[in-house]
Amino acid sequence: MNHDENVIAMTQHHAHVDKVGAKMGMWLFLFTEVLLFGGMFLVYAVYRYQYSEQFHIAAMELNTTIGTINTIILLTSSLTMALSIAYIERNKKSLSILFLSLTILLALIFLVNKYFEWSAKFEHGIYPRSEELLNRPSGQILFFGLYYVMTGLHGLHVVIGIIVLSFMLVFLLKNKITSENYNKLENSGLYWHLVDLIWIFLFPLFYLIQ
Amino acid sequence: MANGTIALSEKNFYEVSTNKYSGILSWLLTTDHKRIGLMYLVSIMFFFLVGVILGVLMRLELLTPGRTIMSAQEYNSLFTLHGVIMIFLFIIPGIPAAFGNFFLPIQIGARDVAFPRLNLLSYYVYVVGAILALTSLFLPGGPIDTGWTFYIPYSVRTTSNVSLAIFAAFVLGFSSILTGINFVTTVHRLRAPGMTFFKMPLFVWATYATAWIQIIATPVVGITILLVIIERAFGVGIFDPALGGDPILYQHLFWIYSHPAVYIMILPAMGVVSEIIPTFARRTIFGYKAIAMSSLAIAFIGYLVWAHHMFTSGMSDTARWIFSLLTFLVAVPSGVKVFNWVATLYKGSIDPQPPLLWVMTFIFLFSIGGLTGLVLGSLATDIHVHDTYFVVAHFHYVMFGGTGTIFFAAIHYWFPKMFGRMYNKKLAKITIIFFFIGFNMLYFTKFIMGYMGMPRRYYDYLPQFAGLQKISTVGSWILASSIFFMFGYLIYALFKGPKASANPWGGVTLEWQIPSPPPLENFKEIPTITHEPYDFSQLKEINNES
Repeated sequence: MNHDENVIAMTQHHAHVDKVGAKMGMWLFLFTEVLLFGGMFLVYAVYRYQYSEQFHIAAMELNTTIGTINTIILLTSSLTMALSIAYIERNKKSLSILFLSLTILLALIFLVNKYFEWSAKFEHGIYPRSEELLNRPSGQILFFGLYYVMTGLHGLHVVIGIIVLSFMLVFLLKNKITSENYNKLENSGLYWHLVDLIWIFLFPLFYLIQ
Repeated sequence: MANGTIALSEKNFYEVSTNKYSGILSWLLTTDHKRIGLMYLVSIMFFFLVGVILGVLMRLELLTPGRTIMSAQEYNSLFTLHGVIMIFLFIIPGIPAAFGNFFLPIQIGARDVAFPRLNLLSYYVYVVGAILALTSLFLPGGPIDTGWTFYIPYSVRTTSNVSLAIFAAFVLGFSSILTGINFVTTVHRLRAPGMTFFKMPLFVWATYATAWIQIIATPVVGITILLVIIERAFGVGIFDPALGGDPILYQHLFWIYSHPAVYIMILPAMGVVSEIIPTFARRTIFGYKAIAMSSLAIAFIGYLVWAHHMFTSGMSDTARWIFSLLTFLVAVPSGVKVFNWVATLYKGSIDPQPPLLWVMTFIFLFSIGGLTGLVLGSLATDIHVHDTYFVVAHFHYVMFGGTGTIFFAAIHYWFPKMFGRMYNKKLAKITIIFFFIGFNMLYFTKFIMGYMGMPRRYYDYLPQFAGLQKISTVGSWILASSIFFMFGYLIYALFKGPKASANPWGGVTLEWQIPSPPPLENFKEIPTITHEPYDFSQLKEINNES
């Protein structure tokens, strides 16, 4: 099934331009990302089961409004990302650049919101090793521990996404990504959607289930 | 190959480079899978020797009861390092990264892996991980002393350099993932025309199954290690029981990776065995599909047995017997392989060359390791021998007697192909005898001591163990000398050995149909595959061509 002429032609030269292969590699990588977060969701599930009451009380302290706004922002950024790819496919470079820039901008706004959300928690004395937190029951310590680690690691993925997308922007500007060859942009888009998707799971688990 | 070829294409991959550099840079910046494989091979062998030396020092300490050459704390660091180096720097990358890189593309008739630059990157990620691991030895705080399993709560409380050392393991895991992604994509995309999945050599099948485990299991240990680092650095409550955490949960997450990891270690070795046996029995492999499928079965079931490391940690009885049952199930596909190998040898025209002798050693040692695994997999006997030398012995029989001996078998099998020279076969055979004697003296005594109740990781022991401990230590000297001797004649052969022909063993897989050492792009023309992988009727054809 894999032996269409395309593949034969490719193996004849060097294999740098195998689009299907590149995308396959990307999906496999995303799979490992899912498992990485999967490990944490597992930890969350176990502790939620063990300390359901404490998790319930602690979750009420999270700011659902900021969480909702951030969810809308990330969802929108996924849309702009998809539009950017759709436009380069139709050879509309400037629109593609516009929507990619919007994606990066939305990602930055997400991080700014996150910053305000975290610092509000810090002001209330809720952070690892703080006296306030250590005096609480262990279920709440674990909840906030997981909250910081999981949203923090997700935030790190947003930062990496911003860096990757900025490179893509430069490639677009320099015509290294064109309507003929937008593989890189498409794969970065896949990564970005994954970052979005993980947030879609984090949001209800921390902010909504109370 | 055929006459009248252009002189340029006759150059092998040592003589032409994939980049504009020559000398050392042509190696350090290469994207050629063969050069990257060799760089892995050299690095891996280096760390293997470091691990061997650490092991010999530990055995020396145990020569007499009480203090012999080091303090108890140094001994703790030593067994941790021996474990970390041997597992994360030698056995896990060992066969796939070195021989997989070199031979997987050739065996499926490709010019390179799917992502050559990613391949180089994964090598450097490996090097960074190795450097981090070594750095953690010398920084203030002292080398890591938790044992290679990094169990909570000790690993969050000790002041030794745990964070850096386990971060090294994280980085090495990342390298392993990248290699896995590369191999899976390569197998799916770059097989030569006519090479269907069921015409692939079994080494490719095994490496393919391994690559999947690397992708599926490694991220879990990655996040577990990250959580421990975060817990140590920021005091976030996750596993530490003082903050409400659950240390058993850590053990589950750790073994969800680290048990499949033992299949990452053994599967490629089983693949090499399936290559060597048909070549030296001059006979097609018995039960090709069964062997190929058993690799996948091992990969799949192996993912579901992790909690058999935790029978004494605290789990419900139901969970324990389910995990025990699943553990027994893994023995089925492993048995399928061993019986098929033996059946291949039956009525074969056996040529006892060094690679086959290594494989024989493997089958013997690995069978002992496998059968004692069943003792550990049974709930009742496990309680008795848990955390004793019995476990240490079992582990070394399957890992060192299994993967380690096959690593040597692979070197002896592919040495002429990789370097274009032949080693001294007589010396090789003598080495195997000493290796076998030393190995069994060193580790079989541990089965007995473990059964008598000698706990693992102890610095000191009761007088009744003194005799067996001495035999074991003497065994370590014989074993280590045989290994150093082997390195000696191999390095000699590298420079002074007689030139090897393209097909010195009479193999029929694709790597034997190209010159030794292979040309830069492996094949002048991508071959079209018409034969089964171990069809020896084509041997005449190949020999006439080359």
